[in-house]
Amino acid sequence: MRFLGMVLSGALAFGGLWAAAAQAQSEGPLRIEITEGVIEPLPFALPVFEAETGDAGGLAAQISQVVSADLSGTGLFREIPANAFISQVSSFAAPVQYADWKAINAQALITGAVSVQGNQLAVKFRLYDVFSGAEMGDGLQFTGTTEGWRRMAHKVADAVYSRITGEGGYFDSRVVYVSETGGKDARQKRLALMDYDGANVQYLTDSSAIVLAPRFSPSGDRVLYTSYETGFPRIYVLDVGSVQRRELESQEGTMSFAPRFAPDGQNIVFSLSQGGNTDIWAMNVGGGGATRLTSAPSIETAPSFSPDGSQIVFESDRSGSQQLYIMPAGGGEAQRISFGPGRYGTPVWSPRGDLIAFTKQNSGRFHIGVMRTDGSEERLLTASFLDEGPTWAPNGRVIMFTRETQGEGGRSSLYSVDISGRNLRPVRTPEGGSDPSWSPLLQ
Amino acid sequence: MTLKVKILLLVAGLALAACTNPDRFGADGGAGGIGGGAGGAIVPGSANDPTSPAYFNQAIGDRVLFAVDQSAVTDEGRVVLDGQATWLLTNTDFTAIIEGHADEQGTREYNVALGARRANAVREYLISKGVAGNRLRTVSYGKERPIEICSNEACYAKNRRAVTVLAGGLTG
Repeated sequence: MRFLGMVLSGALAFGGLWAAAAQAQSEGPLRIEITEGVIEPLPFALPVFEAETGDAGGLAAQISQVVSADLSGTGLFREIPANAFISQVSSFAAPVQYADWKAINAQALITGAVSVQGNQLAVKFRLYDVFSGAEMGDGLQFTGTTEGWRRMAHKVADAVYSRITGEGGYFDSRVVYVSETGGKDARQKRLALMDYDGANVQYLTDSSAIVLAPRFSPSGDRVLYTSYETGFPRIYVLDVGSVQRRELESQEGTMSFAPRFAPDGQNIVFSLSQGGNTDIWAMNVGGGGATRLTSAPSIETAPSFSPDGSQIVFESDRSGSQQLYIMPAGGGEAQRISFGPGRYGTPVWSPRGDLIAFTKQNSGRFHIGVMRTDGSEERLLTASFLDEGPTWAPNGRVIMFTRETQGEGGRSSLYSVDISGRNLRPVRTPEGGSDPSWSPLLQ
Repeated sequence: MTLKVKILLLVAGLALAACTNPDRFGADGGAGGIGGGAGGAIVPGSANDPTSPAYFNQAIGDRVLFAVDQSAVTDEGRVVLDGQATWLLTNTDFTAIIEGHADEQGTREYNVALGARRANAVREYLISKGVAGNRLRTVSYGKERPIEICSNEACYAKNRRAVTVLAGGLTG
C-alpha cells in the first residue's frame, strides 16, 4: 500500500464536528489521567462493528479487532471479552442498554458500523460513557478506500483515546526502521516502513549496503538515512511515496551520518567526520553547502532539534565521556544537561518540547530514559543488555527503541514503552529490527 | 590467532622481508603454517610472497587493536604498523583503506565516530612513517561489522580494531 496517494477524508462528522466533540469530552467524567503513576486499565466493550452493507462483514470484524488492539496496546485500556456481554448491539442506531454494560463493568462502550461501496469504505463509531449513561462526544465517520481500512481503524482508536485521555492520539502513524537478518557478523540491513503496530511492512531499500538510522521528515513524506553504498557512510534522502532516493552533497574524504530534519523540513543537521574528528554540521536538504555548528577535537554527534527549531540537543565526549548538551540551532555555546553516573547518548527532543529521551550506559547496562530539557527529573524507563535509539510517538507519550540481546545469537528487535516506564512491549516485525523513527500523525 | 602468535609471525615476517634472497624465504619456511607455500618455491601472491597482500595480511598483520573507548595506537599496534609502513613503502602500487571498528558496547552513532578516530590514528601513524597520505583513505563501520560475536571482553577486544585493507596493484 502506498503511503501517499491514498484517499482518506477524515472527520466527516454526522451530527457534529471535532470542535463539538472536544467540548463534550472535557465535561464527561470518563477520563484517564495518564500523568498519574499506576493506573488500573479502563475496561471497555467493543461489540463487533455492524456491517451495513452485505459485503462489509469481513472488514467490520477486522476493523473492530484493530481498534480494540490499539486501545489495549496502550496498557491504559482493557477489553472485556465478547462472551461476557449481556446485550448485543444489533444495530448502530439502536438505543444503548446502559444497565447491561454497567453490569459487566464496562466503563466505555464503543459501537461502530462499516459500509462498503465498490472500493469505498465508510466507518462510523460512537463512544459511550456507560456509568454516566451518556454518549461521549459525537459520532464520527471516516471514509476512504477499502485498501486503507487499517488507517480508518487507527483513526477511530485515536479519537477514542483522545476523548478519554485528553491527549493526542498516535495510532494513525508509521515507523521507518532498519530491518535486519543474519548473525551479528553477517548482518544484512535494509530500510523498512510499517504501521506503528508492525502491520503493512514495506521495504524501501535492498540489503546490498549497510543502512543506518532512518529519520522521518516533519511531514512524514521523506526519510533521511545513512548508507554505505559508496563504501563510505553518506547521507541519503528518500521520498516515501516514490521510493526514489538521492545522495546528499558530501565532501570528498569525509564521512557523514546521523542526519535529522529541522522542523522546517528543509534544513538538516548531521555529523561529519574529517581527519578522525566528528563535528555537527547543518545544510539544506536541497544542497548549497554545509555549515559547521561545532568545532572541537571531541566527538559531537546525534543532533536533534527542539520542536520550535531554535535549539539542538546532541551528545559530546568533550568532558571525557559521552554527555548531552544543548546549543542554539545556529551553533555557539553549549550547555551540558546530563550529570548522572554513566554515559549519555542519542538524545531526541520530544514533539511536545518538554522532555528529552536518551540512551544511558552505566555499569554494563543500557537504559532508555527521559529528562527535562534542563536535565532535571531524569527517569530511566528500561534496562537491558543493550537498549538504544529512542524515538517519540507523535503525542510524546510513548517511546519506541532498539533492544539487542546478548551473545552469539544476539538479535535486534523493536520495543515500545510509555514515558511513565509502564507497558514495555515488543513491536512485532517480520525480521529483526533496529533504529526506529516514528512519523508524525498521518493526515 | 592470539596476539603472541601474531607477534611471532610478525617478527618472522620482518626478518624475511629484510632478506633479498627469495629462495631463502621459501626454504626457511618462516611463514610456514600460514599457507600458500609449497616446497622451496614461492607461489606468487601467496602468504610467503613478501610482495603479496596475503603476506601483508598474515605475516605482517593487517590490523591493530584498541583499548575500550580509546583510539591511541598501542605499543603492540606500533610494531604492526611499522611493518605495514615498511611494506607500503616497498610496494608502492598499493593503496589502502583503513577500516575503523568498535565493539558493541556503545551507541551506534558514537561508535561510528569512535571508529573514525581509530582509523585516523592508524592513518596518521603510517603517514608519520613516510607513507603518502593520498594512498590512505579511512572509513568507519562503528559496531556494524564485528568479527567476533560473543558478548564478552574476549570478543570485544578483537572487534575494537582498525584494519588496513589493501587495494590496487596485484591482488594475488
